[in-house]
Formats: sequence, C-alpha cells, structure tokens
Amino acid sequence: MAINPKKHEMPSQEPQVRAHNFSEVALGYTAEIAVEEAQRCLNCKNRPCVQGCPVNIAIPDFISKMKTGDFEGAYQVISQSSALPAVCGRVCPQESQCESKCTLGIKFEPVGIGRLERFAADWHNAHATEAPAKPTPNGHKVAIVGAGPSGLTCAGDLARKGYQVSIFEALHTAGGVLVYGIPEFRLPKAIVAKEVEGLKALGVDVETNVVIGKTLTIDELFEDGYEAVFVGSGAGLPNFMNIPGESYKGVYSANEFLTRSNLMKAYKDAPVTPIMKGGKVAVVGGGNVAMDAARTALRLGADHVYIVYRRSMEELPARKEEVEHAIEEGIDFRLLQNPVEVLGYNNPDDPRDPRNGFVTGLKCIKMELGEPDAKGRRRPVPIEGSEFVLDVDTVIIAIGTSPNPLIKSTTKGLEVNNHGGIIVNEAGLTSREGVYAGGDAVTGAATVISAMGAGKVAAKGIDEYLMGK
Amino acid sequence: MYKIVRKKELNPTVTQMEILAPMVAHKAKPGQFIILRVNEEGERIPLTVAGTDAKEGTVKIIFQIVGGTTALLNAKQEGEYIQDFVGPLGVATHTDGIKKVCIVGGGVGCAIAMPVAQEFHRLGAEVTSIIGFRNKDLLILEDEFRACSDQLIVMTDDGSYARHGNVTVPLKEMLEAGKQFDMIITIGPLIMMKFVTLAAKPFGVPVTVSMNPIMIDGTGMCGGCRLTLIQDGKRVTKFACVDGPDFNGYEVDFDEAMSRGRMYFDFERHAYEETCNLLKGAK
Repeated sequence: MAINPKKHEMPSQEPQVRAHNFSEVALGYTAEIAVEEAQRCLNCKNRPCVQGCPVNIAIPDFISKMKTGDFEGAYQVISQSSALPAVCGRVCPQESQCESKCTLGIKFEPVGIGRLERFAADWHNAHATEAPAKPTPNGHKVAIVGAGPSGLTCAGDLARKGYQVSIFEALHTAGGVLVYGIPEFRLPKAIVAKEVEGLKALGVDVETNVVIGKTLTIDELFEDGYEAVFVGSGAGLPNFMNIPGESYKGVYSANEFLTRSNLMKAYKDAPVTPIMKGGKVAVVGGGNVAMDAARTALRLGADHVYIVYRRSMEELPARKEEVEHAIEEGIDFRLLQNPVEVLGYNNPDDPRDPRNGFVTGLKCIKMELGEPDAKGRRRPVPIEGSEFVLDVDTVIIAIGTSPNPLIKSTTKGLEVNNHGGIIVNEAGLTSREGVYAGGDAVTGAATVISAMGAGKVAAKGIDEYLMGK
Repeated sequence: MYKIVRKKELNPTVTQMEILAPMVAHKAKPGQFIILRVNEEGERIPLTVAGTDAKEGTVKIIFQIVGGTTALLNAKQEGEYIQDFVGPLGVATHTDGIKKVCIVGGGVGCAIAMPVAQEFHRLGAEVTSIIGFRNKDLLILEDEFRACSDQLIVMTDDGSYARHGNVTVPLKEMLEAGKQFDMIITIGPLIMMKFVTLAAKPFGVPVTVSMNPIMIDGTGMCGGCRLTLIQDGKRVTKFACVDGPDFNGYEVDFDEAMSRGRMYFDFERHAYEETCNLLKGAK
C-alpha cells in the first residue's frame, strides 16, 4: 500500500467563524481519520521520535495500538510517560520535537503524532469509566509548589510510584499557565480540570489558595514532614519595554490581559472582572503568548488587531501553526517595526475629562536586520527617521517574564542566576538539600512540554534521593 | 471555603468581617493584604488585613461597599462562607528603629492604619494618630485608635464631629511647632496621601504610603498593580503586590496612580448598580 505523503488535516472551525467565538479552533480527528493517520507510521527500528519527546513517550507503541483501533490501549501507553496527554496533544510544538525526528518526515510529511495523542486522550476522557488503580503507598511525603505543567507532571510521576503528594497552588484553580495563560479556544479549561481530576484520583492532594513563600515557607513544609519539595512556581513579573507611556490606561501585560480573559472569564457575557474590549489593539511581541493575546483580543470584539514584532516572519518565535491560524483569522502582522512610545489622551483644559490617560496610539519605528547576534539571530536595527503612529486603543505587551520572586526571597540558601531563575543540576536539584525545581521558575518563559520534562526529571531525582536515604 | 465568623457594620458603607483562615491568621503582619473571591466565578479583590487572632484562626477585614464584589460580600451573613481567601501577601510595614511615629488615616484607610498603630504601640513607640472622615456618620474605629495612641486627633471634613478640616491641618501644625517624628505612615485615598506627603516634605520627615492599586493574582504574575516611582530622577516600575504595598511617599507618582485607579470606573459603577438591584430583588 502506498504511503499517503501528507498528514491528515486537522478538522477545524472556519477562520471567519472562530474569530468571533471562544470554542476550540481544532476539532480533533474522527476515529476513522485517526486509524488512517496511525497507519502512516513506519514503526521504524530506531524510534527517533521518542528521543524528540521531552518526556520520552513510547510513540511507536501507542501508534501501533491505534492502528488496530485500540484507543484505550494507546492512551495507557502514553499515560505511562505523560501526566497530561490531552494538554500535550494540543499545545506541544510537535513540529520541532517528536515530529521533527520522524523517519517518514525525511521524504514526506511526518506522522501527525500530536494529533494522534490528542485523539487517544480525548477518547479515553470520553469513554473511560474505571478509576485508575491507586498505587501502594511507600510512606514518603513530597510537596509540590505550583499546580502548573511542571508541578502536575512531577506530582503524577511521584504519585504513581506510591508517594503521598500535596500540591500547593497560589491561585484559586489548579493548572497554572494552562488556566490563566493559554486561551479556551486553544485549550479548553474543562480538559485541564479533567487532567487534574485524574491526578486526584491517583491520590494527589491539591491545596489551592496557598502561596508558598507567604502562607507557608519551604522550611515549614519540611517541618510539616515533607521529605522533598519541588518548586514549579512558574513565570513571574511581566517585562515591560521601559518606553514612555506604558502606564496609560489600556496598556496591559499579556499576563494580565490573558488572566482577565482566561482565569477570570472576562470573555463571557456580563463578566465580573473587567477587560477592555473592542477598538484597535496592538500586541507587541512574536511568541506564542503574543499570538494568544492577539487572537483573544479579536474574539473579544476588536475591530483590528496588530502584531508588532521587531524582526521578520522568519525569526518569529511562535509556533508556525499558531501564526498561520492568526493570519487566517485576520491578525495584521507588522513586522520589522518596534514601539518607541505609547501615546495617551491628555486634555489640558479639563483634568476631569474621562478620556484623560487612556491610550490613543502606539508610536513605532521601522527596523532592518543587521549582523547576527550571539544566538545567531540577525539583530534588528532602527531606521532613522522612520517613526509612524499606529492608531490603537489598547496595547498588550508580550515580551516575556522574569521568574517569580516570592520563593527566592523567603528561602534561605536557594541560589538563583542573574535573571532570577533558580539554579538546578541535571537531576533538577537546587542548592538546597531536598529542594528540586523546574519549569519557568528555572528557565524563564518557555514551553509547557519543556516544563513537563523538567517536572519529570525532578520526579526521578526526588525518587532516587528519597530511596537512597 | 472560608467561614465568616463575625460580621459587624461599622457605618452604613463600611463593614467588618472576621474570616476563619488559620494559615493566614498565623502569618499575617500589619501592612499585608489578602485576596478573596466571594463566590465561584467571582472577581479577585485585594483587602488589607485589619487584624488577626492567631489563637482563633481568624483574620479581620474591613471594607467599603464601593463596587459589585464588595456589595456581594456585604450581602453574606455571619456563619456563611466565602469561596477563596489567600494570603498574607505583600511586605509587612517596616517598624525597625522607629520610636516616634505619626499614623495618618483617611476614611476606610483607617481600618488598615489601625493594626499598624497597634503594632507600634505594642513595640513601645510613641504613637500619634490623626484620623479623618467626610462626616460624623462615616467615623469608624475611634475607640480602637484611642487605645493604642499617645495622642489622637479626629477630623471631619464638614465639622460635624470633633475638629473641622482635613488631616493635613493638624499634621502641619505639629510639624511647625517642632514635633519630631521618625516616620509618618499614611493610609487612605490617594489624594490624601499625596497631600500628607507634600505637607511633610518641608520638614524632611520620611513618609510611608500604602498603595492599593487594581490587582488580580497578587503574587507577582500579572503586572496589573504596577506603579511608577521616581528614584534619582529616573522612572522605575514597581509592583504593589510583591514590592509593596508600602512605598516611600516622596517617590510615588500619585497622579499616574490616581489615573490608573479610575481605569474601570464606569464598569465598577455599573456592576455596583447591577448587584444592588439583584440583591434588592432577592430580598
């Protein structure tokens, strides 16, 4: 049988329709498509895809199960390595990980591994009735700080080994960036909640409204009998550009804008948490977070949404699929342009004018690419005298974050680097005995799956540490 | 869920509640704040801690009914529960080395100033308190302040109780008369804190102000609570939730903070009216 050179397309909502709703963009494979896509897998001997996966899922094994329609079996294979299959199937950058290594990809398009993973996970969530078997307790207690991707993964791995695991989450809902950051149309919150329920069924205890570093310190966790702690406290303070006008009303960090919409549900009708809707919006930055913010603004009713990025399309760091989706939906990419000032309304005759202090525009300068920098990316250089004004009401700054400062400032002996990231060794161990860390708290803003990979490494490190004690 | 152990109306627009939250009660220090949500799908709002009882495990909050969420909170009764209550957040008020302190509170800000005054009193500092209100009906916590202050001056804007005028009047008089303070701590409306700072400036007395900006997570993640300090002529962005809420009054850009504080003014007013109508309908 000849191999289909192309991967089966993902059924999706039409761009004109989805740009006005918050329902999931990608609808998922049908069982028929999933089996056909699975059959494209060559089941090759050297399994390069597994090496491309940060959590080393036995990809050919789960795909083999799918070929025969054994979707539950496929899920069981995945769940041995991943605590969050339905999440990863949706938000992993597979094109630069597992799928980039696929043998089929040398001549044709690689197998749609992510889409198959998503199908298996969704199938399980829709059909599974049996609660997972609770592991035999091994009598050891571990505390996890932060219920985001790294913490949930670390908790899942340790719980499966029989550890009594407690997750402490600062916000009122578990999920971290999966609930406050990534929008509903890319990752439905019901799916995150389901994955968290799965962990609870394994015996993991999730305590919301506890800020480690404030409500309790890491030292107090040890006093309470926890023998090891994993810190996955995530992204911290948003970076701003330090240009004039960033305090005008209508300038948001992407974290604030997305938190208002996602976690606080400001996208719903008659929300209790306010957000600026409509008008013209400029999002500054070119990463996945910038794409999420731009597409959220569009769905909230913006008339026009710009992405302002100082390099060219080639250097845009967002996932290709997200950029394509954004373009299809009508997001206006302003490349090789960089903001120099946010403009605001000031009525000198009437200090009580309600329009005072609100954003009226974003002054930008055109850029060209110069010599490559240390990372090999060509450095953008401003073109003198090329300033112009984008007429906008809202500016969303999506240029990254610095690691959360709360734990560092309240934990003695925890070493951090120049950027505030917690320093860890290859096993995820920090400078404090028994304290492990991973995810954005260590690396600064990165991807969900790399945080999960770090959670996994730390779980192994914690297990070896406590078993060797 | 967090139980409302006691509820008391301090005046027609200000309510005091004691919430059962042992972990927070155990840790909270004067100057720190909590964030709460009244119900599922509710808004997160920050409120400064107005006192704790570590033994009982309760945290006292005092709030003015100004928007939809505070109206909803005020509709809850003793024995009922609120959805979320997290803290203590922010940095506690610095007390080290301060022997003579002047506490200047305005309106509901007095609720936050009170535990600070009590803490200085407990530490043996000489406490002078000036508390101001729009009128007699809005007066709160007079007895509590009297108990922890070496000198208490009560002011009303309209002269309907105690002394007529705003809080800067007696402060200026004292400073002009040569009264020495190691620190002036002021908590209340932004405009009042701005003028207290201006009044103290000619005398070179350090001023600490307690900022209460718009906030969501309260843990240093969203950046909504940012404000600008002017340090050595440079504008520096700070975050009230992790760097504050206390700041050096001489450095704060008050005009910007006032403007930012009004960002959702129309939304809030609308939400307040909606909630009040809903609550009326329920009665």
